[in-house]
Amino acid sequence: MADEKFDVIVIGAGMSGNAAAYVAAEKGLKVLQLERGEYPGSKNVQGAILYADMLEKIVPDFREDAPLERHLVEQRFWMMSETSHTGMHYRSDTFNEDKPNRYTIIRSQFDRWFSGKVREKGAIVLTETTATELVTGRDGAVIGVRTDRSGGPIYADVVVLAEGVNGLLGSRAGLRERPKAAQVALAVKEMHFMPRETIEARFNLDGDAGVVIEAAGTISKGMAGMGFVYTNKESLSVGIGCLVSDFAETGETPYGLLDAFRRHPSLRPLLADAEIKEYAAHLIPEGGYRAVPQLFGDGWVVVGDAGQFNNAIHREGSNLAMTTGRLAAEAIFQVKTRRQPFTAENLALYKRMVDDSFVMKDLKKYKDMPRLLHTQSSNLFLTYPQLVSKAMEDFVRVDGTPKLEKEKATVRNFVRTRSWTGLFGDAVRLARAWR
Amino acid sequence: MTAPVKGPRVEEKLYQNRYQVDAGKPHITVAPHDTPSPNLLAMTRICPAGCYAQNEAGQVEIVADGCMECGTCRVLCEETGEITWNYPRGGYGVLFKFG
Ligand SMILES: Cc1cc2nc3c(=O)[nH]c(=O)nc-3n(C[C@H](O)[C@H](O)[C@H](O)COP(=O)(O)OP(=O)(O)OC[C@H]3O[C@@H](n4cnc5c(N)ncnc54)[C@H](O)[C@@H]3O)c2cc1C
Ligand code: SF4
Repeated sequence: MADEKFDVIVIGAGMSGNAAAYVAAEKGLKVLQLERGEYPGSKNVQGAILYADMLEKIVPDFREDAPLERHLVEQRFWMMSETSHTGMHYRSDTFNEDKPNRYTIIRSQFDRWFSGKVREKGAIVLTETTATELVTGRDGAVIGVRTDRSGGPIYADVVVLAEGVNGLLGSRAGLRERPKAAQVALAVKEMHFMPRETIEARFNLDGDAGVVIEAAGTISKGMAGMGFVYTNKESLSVGIGCLVSDFAETGETPYGLLDAFRRHPSLRPLLADAEIKEYAAHLIPEGGYRAVPQLFGDGWVVVGDAGQFNNAIHREGSNLAMTTGRLAAEAIFQVKTRRQPFTAENLALYKRMVDDSFVMKDLKKYKDMPRLLHTQSSNLFLTYPQLVSKAMEDFVRVDGTPKLEKEKATVRNFVRTRSWTGLFGDAVRLARAWR
Repeated sequence: MTAPVKGPRVEEKLYQNRYQVDAGKPHITVAPHDTPSPNLLAMTRICPAGCYAQNEAGQVEIVADGCMECGTCRVLCEETGEITWNYPRGGYGVLFKFG
């Protein structure tokens, strides 16, 4: 392999790397993909919700053989206090469509399937191989990689850095910065197994339909964070994540948060008698638009989580990863077809394509959100959930207190805790960041 | 030096996981120090695998066998040179069955 030169080397066989390798190989480029895990997916962690549209643009008939768990018919948002949750549920039969829009998946199974498709398209996939260093030419352009296998460097026209949020190659080569503590969340997750009939009964489901719960509030102890429960066929994915900077400040243990979350009275009955078969941890990029690094240069592009492509507000990452991977391959193919060199100037095409896609537009929409969540975390994740819970309890409990008095008490409670200017400021800031 | 002690609850959780340990080749090491920085000290609480612990002399040590390669300690402690952080050799380390 040493004296063979590839058109493209893709680092990583996660969502973005598989998308890039698949599309590049499909277009006839000579592709080598390196993955450090024993099998693709053995290092990867996700909730996990798969967005069909973005995968369909790459593998149109994926529904025929992809390992899918449940298509989602219901989304629950829970605002949690210690003893309660106030929820909004959206359920619709229109999600029981021919080609459902969202599915739950199990990443290590899904990644193995996707990697099989990449091989079918003709790419060479080497697992158990960690890329250790980018190789640059005399002019500083990236011309290949070194790995921890014996033998010299491997060369290519372009290296696609699909190495994920904690990618070492790009940051070591000075192409982008290491993620900052306030720009990444640490998430921990467990897999709770139980018979499928139990899941269907507890979550009010027919057949392969599924439910997701996204939860925020006192469960993150004033840190900016979220919990989740996703239904799979015979298991539930249960997890919680908070900003690394907040963890460092509070010294909360991630497993302590997860244990408290699953013992919450609103969750406990849903999880009762489950057999826990795995405990995983992973970072999630949360810096949004302002954290997106330089995306291309002489001989290289960066895709997926390594490029901080993650929409923390909507819990979307894999679809941005797949889309940026696909666009990178398409851009590389166009440059190749025009017989142009793979300089930064020509690879800028990739950035233009990302800017024109939903990826950058969505990130731009929420560009102020990360900062707001960070600076207002104790109000948003502790104070308001407690206030809402108290207001709901007063609203629902019938105890002979006149309703008007209850409403006045609720307003007093909000104002006493946050003051009018505080409440107003929070509302304006939230509305601005959302717009 | 005393071996770092892990909370029983994490250990129980990690017991579910599959690992391929590269014996004698730890992928994360802590640099010698007298007093740990606040970030390094925080790792004894926030490492999701409980890999970090403080010894009797107050220094922070690591046993990286249960490491899930999340990168949290890298984000908090690599820049100042308090730790060195690498991925395990290809094929080694944690092997998620589900992920
Ligand atoms: C708890 C959690 C829940 C999430 N939930 C959702 C969700 O519900 N929906 C959603 O869309 N997104 C979700 N995400 C985000 C989503 O998982 C990521 O956005 C997505 O996986 C990013 O894909 P990627 O290809 O960029 O990176 P990854 O999937 O992380 O892949 C990177 C790959 O590169 C390999 N690699 C790294 N360095 C090297 C090297 N030097 N040599 C060889 N190989 C290397 C790794 O082993 C890995 O396989 C979630 C994330 C987490 C952590
Ligand atoms: S990478 Fe994560 S699991 Fe491993 S030692 Fe660091 S913080 Fe702990």
